[in-house]
Amino acid sequence: MTDTGPSAAEAAVFWVCAILAVTGGLGLILSRRAVHSALWVALTMISLAVLYLANAAPFLGMVQIIVYTGAVMMLFLFVLMVVGVDSSDSLVETLRGQRIVGILLAAGFGILLVLAIGSALTGVPAAGLDAANAEYGGNVEGIARLLFGEYLLAFEVVAGLLITAALGALVLAHRERWQPRRTQRELSEERVRSGEHVGPLPAPGVYARHNAVDTPALLPDGTVAEISVPGPLRARGDLRPVDVAAVAETEALASGAAALGPADHPVADDPGTSPGEPS
Amino acid sequence: MSPENYVVLAAVLFTIGTVGVLVRRNAIVVFMSIELMLNAANLAFVAFARMQGNLEGQVIAFFVMVVAAAEVVVGLAIIVAIYRSRRSASIDEPNLLKY
Repeated sequence: MTDTGPSAAEAAVFWVCAILAVTGGLGLILSRRAVHSALWVALTMISLAVLYLANAAPFLGMVQIIVYTGAVMMLFLFVLMVVGVDSSDSLVETLRGQRIVGILLAAGFGILLVLAIGSALTGVPAAGLDAANAEYGGNVEGIARLLFGEYLLAFEVVAGLLITAALGALVLAHRERWQPRRTQRELSEERVRSGEHVGPLPAPGVYARHNAVDTPALLPDGTVAEISVPGPLRARGDLRPVDVAAVAETEALASGAAALGPADHPVADDPGTSPGEPS
Repeated sequence: MSPENYVVLAAVLFTIGTVGVLVRRNAIVVFMSIELMLNAANLAFVAFARMQGNLEGQVIAFFVMVVAAAEVVVGLAIIVAIYRSRRSASIDEPNLLKY
């Protein structure tokens, strides 16, 4: 408090990281897509790691970065890839008014918490960790002394908990195969019998202008073939809308080319835009 | 910079996590909100350790991190298992015990 230099620097670190952390938290609850939520949470975790460093806890700061942003958030992203990027929130409210009541209750809880902490902790002097950190030569040494001394039993129990959790995850994620794996012949017979699209799916966007995967192919009658676009893009609604003017222009070019003859096709100078098109 | 500010920030983050748990329907987002609440508790522990002048708060925060990692592993495995059987990650879908 008396020296202005380190205190002012810490205040700057605190306000920057606090704003980043709260922004990340708000991004978590406001993002429509779960992947964006995960990235916002990663921002919050990194800000919290910096705050730990500012709080004379370098060991916890590093553990926070390694465990949370390195392991936990990446695990979340893996599971998001498994569960599917289209798993956005349903807007159906099972309990009527739950959203409003939840926000109100949480806001009241937050106000209560902040006011209680503010009134209870204002003016409490901070003892500071310099003495405790210096006692055994550093923060890591001090934590190690506590962890392998006073808290040794808890440490061992937590090790058991981690192994049990890993085994539990293995058991939960394991799927027993009850019937023999179906052969390719059985699969193809079933597909033909079901009467759905038997052949390979149409390739996306093979008309001129675009051949990106988010461009749907057009059927001969000009309608959009949605099955030509990969499923995840369809689920996310990332279909590129068909540019009607471009289609008309392409048709005009093609008819002009037919008049000129197939040898000097005007679109054919860029073979990448029309792969597999019969000349 | 008094540690009180850190505790207030922890309270704000905890509240945001509470809103996420109460409002969001996607199981994975709810899970991330729980992680945010655990992190807020950790920040409070670290600030309290500095306030009290001993390292036990940091050790407790370390244990919270370990338990949170175990909880994430099991919880995500449960979410994947439910998704396999019900093709949904919404927390409103698994209501088999209701009827």
